[in-house]
Amino acid sequence: MLKDRLRSEPFSPSLHSPPKRPGSGPQNRASNGLDQFFAGLQDQEGLSILDFSGASQANISFITSMGHRIYSNDALRTLEEAFGGGGDFIANQADPEKAALFLRENLEFDDRTFDGALIWDTLQFLAPPLLQDTVDRLYRILRPQSSLLAFFHAEEKAQTAPLYSYRIVETKIMSLTPRNQVRPVQYFNNRSLEKLFQKFNSVKFFLTRDHLREVIVRR
Amino acid sequence: MWNKRKEEEYPSKSPATPAAPASQNKENTPMSTNAAPSHHATESRGPAVIGKSVMIKGQIFSREDLTIDGEIDGSVELHEHRLTVGPNGKLQAGVKAREVVVLGTIHGNVEASDKIDIRKDAKLVGDIKTARIVIEDGAYFKGSIDIVRPEAARTPAPAQPKTQSTNSATAHAAAPVTAAAGDSR
Repeated sequence: MLKDRLRSEPFSPSLHSPPKRPGSGPQNRASNGLDQFFAGLQDQEGLSILDFSGASQANISFITSMGHRIYSNDALRTLEEAFGGGGDFIANQADPEKAALFLRENLEFDDRTFDGALIWDTLQFLAPPLLQDTVDRLYRILRPQSSLLAFFHAEEKAQTAPLYSYRIVETKIMSLTPRNQVRPVQYFNNRSLEKLFQKFNSVKFFLTRDHLREVIVRR
Repeated sequence: MWNKRKEEEYPSKSPATPAAPASQNKENTPMSTNAAPSHHATESRGPAVIGKSVMIKGQIFSREDLTIDGEIDGSVELHEHRLTVGPNGKLQAGVKAREVVVLGTIHGNVEASDKIDIRKDAKLVGDIKTARIVIEDGAYFKGSIDIVRPEAARTPAPAQPKTQSTNSATAHAAAPVTAAAGDSR
């Protein structure tokens, strides 16, 4: 059954194309995960934050206005470039060269470089071997006591999950702009997420009404 | 350096608008109304331009605004001026300028003492240090952003030499009395 899920349709060739479904424009929504993430950064300046949402004026302005340094990269775009060229998107992730390319492009940093990481929903599009390698890299590049924010779609029977651009509006509010519909590689429940982040100090979940599982992981 | 070459290439720049050369053209081509001279005249007051068919390897220093639409491999420094990387511009270079506008591609670190503006479809891979940043949706950026407090830039002119020691030193040496006015040219 899991294999059926993993044998997904090819990854969308145009992740950074204009929004398709669902809805039309950006939607604002509250986020307890985001609130918790920024609560951990309060009363500090000069921290380094990793943001996987790509070049975004909103995120850059928000984080730099708090006095922090931001490292920005569009991880989904790199994901597409590394594995979406041809063939099966999931099978391509088992290719060591392509996997190394993905890790090099996104996570080639010295150990303990960052004080926080906004990973958004990137992890749910990674197949198990690469997924664990990615989480291990994240563990390495984060400093102790730092936080990581990740989202996972929580609707087990959904054939596809909406792919969003995440923009920070306030400490507790973010704007979601739909980019596409993509089939997640696997479904994550609380137990599988705890296992995935077992190296980390703690994992905290927020299940929202719109089937988005927000996860704060403390290094 | 670039300006001199540009001026040699286009000798009919600002003084070209007077009637003398135009009347000569008309005499040589009696039945036509040639519009070419006015084309040069409109370009005369713009920034120095490195065209899209130009490729340069090395260091570029400029004391005026510069537009690069070609390929540069090396470094680009315009400390008190604006650099525009045109849509065809490809820089494999470190960049230092007062203001940087990117419509093309930069692979390299960028220091913009005032502002960097990354437009839609532009691509920048490198670390940025600047006072202000604008990124349009559709731009690709990969790297870190350090926002430097613009206190030094906003203080009155007499205070600048102390804070911007190395950058402004050469400009003040060249024009000791009216350095600030010279920049506004």
